[in-house]
Amino acid sequence: MAETSSVRAALADAARYGLIAGALAFPILALRVEPDFSNKLVLETRWSWMLGAAIAAFVIRLVLALAPARAARRTLATAVDAPSAGGKTATRAIAAFGLGLIVAWPLIVLFTFGPAGALKWIDNYGVQILIYVMLGWGLNIVVGLAGLLDLGYVAFYAVGAYAYALLATNYGVSFWLCLPLAGILAAFWGILLGFPVLRLRGDYLAIVTLAFGEIIRIVLVNFSALTNGDAGIASIPRVTFFGLPFIAGPKGFAAYFDIPFSPIHRVVFLYYLILALALVTSLVTLRLRRLPIGRAWEALREDEIACRSLGLDTTKIKLTAFALGAMFGGFAGAFFAVRQGFVSPSSFNFVESATILAIVVLGGRGSQIGVAAAAIAIVGGSELLRELDFLKQIFGDGFDPTQYRMLLVGLAMVVMMNWRPRGFVSSRTPTIFLGERKTIAADLVQEGRG
Amino acid sequence: MAPPQAPSPTLLRVERMSMRFGGLTAVDDLSFDVRRGDITALIGPNGAGKTTVFNCITGFYKPTSGRISMAPDGAIDSAALDALTRSGARGGEGLHLLERMPDHEIARDARVARTFQNIRLFAGMTALENLIVAQHRPLMRASAFSLAGLIGAPSYRAAEQAARDKARDWLDRIGLTARADDPAGALPYGDQRRLEIARAMCADPVLLCLDEPAAGLNPRESAELNALLRSIRDDGTSLLLIEHDMSVVMEISDHVVVLDYGRKIADGAPAEIRADPSVIAAYLGVPDEEVAAVEQEIGA
Ligand SMILES: Nc1ncnc2c1ncn2[C@@H]1O[C@H](COP(=O)(O)OP(=O)(O)OP(=O)(O)O)[C@@H](O)[C@H]1O
Ligand SMILES: [Mg+2]
Repeated sequence: MAETSSVRAALADAARYGLIAGALAFPILALRVEPDFSNKLVLETRWSWMLGAAIAAFVIRLVLALAPARAARRTLATAVDAPSAGGKTATRAIAAFGLGLIVAWPLIVLFTFGPAGALKWIDNYGVQILIYVMLGWGLNIVVGLAGLLDLGYVAFYAVGAYAYALLATNYGVSFWLCLPLAGILAAFWGILLGFPVLRLRGDYLAIVTLAFGEIIRIVLVNFSALTNGDAGIASIPRVTFFGLPFIAGPKGFAAYFDIPFSPIHRVVFLYYLILALALVTSLVTLRLRRLPIGRAWEALREDEIACRSLGLDTTKIKLTAFALGAMFGGFAGAFFAVRQGFVSPSSFNFVESATILAIVVLGGRGSQIGVAAAAIAIVGGSELLRELDFLKQIFGDGFDPTQYRMLLVGLAMVVMMNWRPRGFVSSRTPTIFLGERKTIAADLVQEGRG
Repeated sequence: MAPPQAPSPTLLRVERMSMRFGGLTAVDDLSFDVRRGDITALIGPNGAGKTTVFNCITGFYKPTSGRISMAPDGAIDSAALDALTRSGARGGEGLHLLERMPDHEIARDARVARTFQNIRLFAGMTALENLIVAQHRPLMRASAFSLAGLIGAPSYRAAEQAARDKARDWLDRIGLTARADDPAGALPYGDQRRLEIARAMCADPVLLCLDEPAAGLNPRESAELNALLRSIRDDGTSLLLIEHDMSVVMEISDHVVVLDYGRKIADGAPAEIRADPSVIAAYLGVPDEEVAAVEQEIGA
């Protein structure tokens, strides 16, 4: 009796969803305006598309309602939320394995695909992902630990990139000198921007940091005398192996080590360079978390008023978080410039900030492994879309899977917000303990209100 | 109660303080002294302005008018105080003008710590971490602004060990050693109250301000709290206490200030307050069961 009535309710519910989907699909999918030969607009109708959308919504809703999914989902969530002692060693094992895989990655793909085939796998899937891992870890200090919502992080990435580009092209300063300079400059800008904006809290802080990110980009576009505007700065000196350029001539890296020249050398070197930079970011962050400054960041995220009642200067604490996050963004920016050999303002738009923030939120604010996993998923995932050319055989030649990147990221976000609203790794590990270190469940950890 | 002796020096002095929110005068021309080594209670019906007084003293609100002075190491000297007020400075030579200082400097330099009416622990951090964060200043100095800490210098390790020992002592005192590694937000209510007091004490205050520490405690917990507060006082920290529970007030306080509609209506030893007709009248304005309770407590 109860069975049939619940089935009937599910059917009615699914029918409602189907109707709504169909209604939504009518203007979006069913109607299409195309110019004909004489350039006149004609209205085409695609009723099958609309019907398909309605049926898909109906079926998905019905399956969700009838499957015992809710119960299963709940047990899964609690199982992941409360890692046991065994779970802890498993996490450690996964981290060690992951690190080993990342260190060995260039060699693995070199052996699998040979020097020509490996280039793409090291560059697009290695270097590109690691840049975002590093940016995610840098932003994690600000968003994850200190709980300050920063929507303009890309500004510091841009400062680092332009610092190297300008110093190297105008004054011939070497990359190894520029790298710390780029970090210092970005930190300096972090403090400069931080002073006025860190009085604000929550949403206001988010809006102002967003504006600052845009201001930096617009300055880069319009200050043509220095930055060459939209055209950007080209022929930035490429990375050298501690002075040995990666070129074919007798003065190059290959000649010095007496090996045949190959463009893969530079890419492998870049891979290990960004890996080292990212690991430094992570190690410094993990270390700082156990120091008074890191505990103060987390306390700030938990309760700013309580911090002040204990004599903590919250403005200074926010500034250090902002400056340190900016510094790592600056390092990553200098690396970006030396890798591309070209920088232009279009590389530093809001979508970059949003992507980095999405990585941090998806990974779990405050978690290093989670952020790395999210960077791999988002950046690696959108690279993978380029591999899906075979889909053209199904959807026709006009189909370009990469166009669906943002749609898929959005979908992933929606799924994550339902399944794990606090990201992949949401529990928190205490920084000091008397008896045993127990992980803290996500629902107790505050998200910070700036 | 100890026999009366020469009055101890004044630690905190509130003079002619008013706090207005728009048209509402929450605190009206309030003056009182807190003496070193005392437990001073601030009582009054709901909405009398007690929490507002705390917020003014600890710098979370800036009073509309009035002067709040604090002498963490000595006694308040009227001549020095007037000179300081005229100089326009925030403080100097062991004297601080709290209405001129931002909140965190009041906690740090004037050494006034506080708890909150609705508990404000770092819920996602463990009990131990809460007590370590409160020792931020000495630890920060020992870590040489994180540089010595980053390289794991022995001097920093020693400082961290000392901070941990201090935290462990406080956990022992409040009976929470077994739950040191549990998140503060997961502790029972009574434990959270005591942890918040311990956290404030870890900031090494001279004056500890407690906003209704006994609220929501059962009689056994309340008795334990009285013992804890007395031991804090005996160890040399003076207390300023907001309390509704008259049994607590009468039992442990040395001095009582009564507030009604933002105005001070009585000020004196508990025995005097108990007999003061204006206090009884003020409490008649509150719901019946509370009046009965109050009358029973004060023996009216
Ligand atoms: N930030 C504020 N803005 C406006 N009005 C306020 C503010 N803070 C307090 N008040 C008002 O000031 C008056 C005194 O409030 P306060 O919280 O100090 O009372 P209280 O004595 O602590 O009361 P209780 O015993 O209920 O805690 C109340 O009328 C309250 O509404
Ligand atoms: Mg109150």
